[in-house]
Amino acid sequence: MKPFEYRRIHTVEEIGHDDPGQARFLAGGTNLIDLMKHEIEVPDRLLDISRLKLATLKDCENGGLRVDTLVTNTALASDPRVRKTWPLLSAALLSGATAQLRNRATTGGNLLQRTRCYYFYDTARPCNKRNPGEGCSAREGQNRIHAILGASDQCIATHPSDMAVALVALEATLTLRAADGRERELPVEELHRLPGDHPEQDTVLEPGELIVAVTLPAPQPGRQIYRKVRDRSSYAFALISVGVILQVVEGRVESVRIAFGGVAHKPWRARKAEAALLNKAPTEANFRLAAEAELVDARGYGHNDFKIPLARRTLIATLRDAAHSEEEVPT
Amino acid sequence: MAVLYINGKQVTLDDDPRTTLLDTLRERPGLTGTKKGCDHGQCGACTLLLDGRRVNSCLILAIQCEGSEVTTIEGLSQSQGEQLHPMQQAFVKYDGFQCGYCTPGQICSAVGMLEEVGNGEPSDVTGRGEVTLSRVEIQERMSGNLCRCGAYANIVDAILDTANEHSRKTGGPAT
Ligand SMILES: Cc1cc2nc3c(=O)[nH]c(=O)nc-3n(C[C@H](O)[C@H](O)[C@H](O)COP(=O)(O)OP(=O)(O)OC[C@H]3O[C@@H](n4cnc5c(N)ncnc54)[C@H](O)[C@@H]3O)c2cc1C
Ligand code: SF4
Ligand code: FES
Ligand code: FES
Repeated sequence: MKPFEYRRIHTVEEIGHDDPGQARFLAGGTNLIDLMKHEIEVPDRLLDISRLKLATLKDCENGGLRVDTLVTNTALASDPRVRKTWPLLSAALLSGATAQLRNRATTGGNLLQRTRCYYFYDTARPCNKRNPGEGCSAREGQNRIHAILGASDQCIATHPSDMAVALVALEATLTLRAADGRERELPVEELHRLPGDHPEQDTVLEPGELIVAVTLPAPQPGRQIYRKVRDRSSYAFALISVGVILQVVEGRVESVRIAFGGVAHKPWRARKAEAALLNKAPTEANFRLAAEAELVDARGYGHNDFKIPLARRTLIATLRDAAHSEEEVPT
Repeated sequence: MAVLYINGKQVTLDDDPRTTLLDTLRERPGLTGTKKGCDHGQCGACTLLLDGRRVNSCLILAIQCEGSEVTTIEGLSQSQGEQLHPMQQAFVKYDGFQCGYCTPGQICSAVGMLEEVGNGEPSDVTGRGEVTLSRVEIQERMSGNLCRCGAYANIVDAILDTANEHSRKTGGPAT
């Protein structure tokens, strides 16, 4: 690990005093420390934010829930309100990592975890995300876990977070604080970017901008399901995951929201599939048409070709479960 | 000087902020019970209890834990007099290991896990209801502790027995 200066802060106001370009926020550290050991992240300074007073969950007047950034993945997944009203979020969190990691991992840190592309981790190989302009080793290399939607010539990496997929389907919003104290709101869906010509930028955050909280709106009615397909039944990143909120009224799809994980550089909101389903009967044939509508532009790079049919089948299976489940609909 | 408390004893940290909690334990007070497997959060060998919760000590800077209470495998039996902790006894009884390298992490993890179950914290297999400590629950909850010797079946037996023994003594549910 490269030497760095460590500073613990107790209030957000202390942030402005650092040169935001050189410092990194340290929360649970489960991703950042790992990347620092590999010398992929080499910050001059670490600002330890883990003792900020930002670890509570608060009910909002409109039926939503505000989740401070330091709420751990365990605390969020276990909260009785989340389990009852936003079970999609609880399920997505619990499908990720392990109890030891979730006990440490925070809400903001989870959103900002970096890709698991093998070559991003292998500093001996070219990677545009690590060193812009160097080339992408994955396009012609081992790309089994890589993107099938929204990739660019520069980078075909995927975003690994399960939680983020649920937050996108639930239309959650971020509260952000710039280094100069300005606050802004941003839909979680707009946080992550597609790689384009700048794969080194995972998100639209400004340097030094802090995630303060994530707010869940009151959920739209319907059955919520998170389904994750992976190489082993526990403790593995998603090859494909799907978060669905489906409401069927009198044999028609009244409302639906769908997000994919494991397919792109960001959690992928499947609006084409949603549009194809709206007002249609929840039949196998319509589920297939919806999946095909979303995946028309999908392309594989060799090892990950299997993800296209896998994404289609996983979406169909998840919609089928949501449509036919007896379980009570959260309100 | 920054300090933390390991098994109740105050330990002063070295002044390099890069030192992980794992390296601190092994190098300073010489508590080598906690093992380094992967050093990247992937194997669970370094699991210990930090302020009562199980965590991977290889991915934590010691300086972040200033003032915290750490319990390692060496500290688990401290409250038991001459005896081993019930979870340690069960691992012996059920042969919950072969080479033993993953064992301190498995045991600390299992102790933290039963605490989580007691709090009603769900896992990926729990669903929307209450937790019942089945084999499947234990397998899922212990998936962060790899065992290259494959002693998994006996590890699950040891944990189930400890949980059942505990509930027999307290009259509570098997947690
Ligand atoms: C072996 C292993 C398996 C895993 N499996 C999964 C999995 O299956 N699914 C999954 O989703 N995840 C998985 N993870 C990833 C895990 O969820 C993340 O490491 C964790 O959520 C990161 O949270 P943290 O608080 O530790 O972040 P940190 O490591 O502290 O920070 C991560 C990044 O976020 C930045 N940051 C943190 N907080 C803020 C903030 N408030 N504002 C601005 N920037 C901030 C940091 O500067 C850093 O760049 C796995 C991790 C490991 C090690
Ligand atoms: S896919 Fe992206 S992260 Fe992976 S090697 Fe290519 S540029 Fe790097
Ligand atoms: S040594 Fe910490 S998880 Fe492997
Ligand atoms: S007993 Fe050898 S690794 Fe588990």
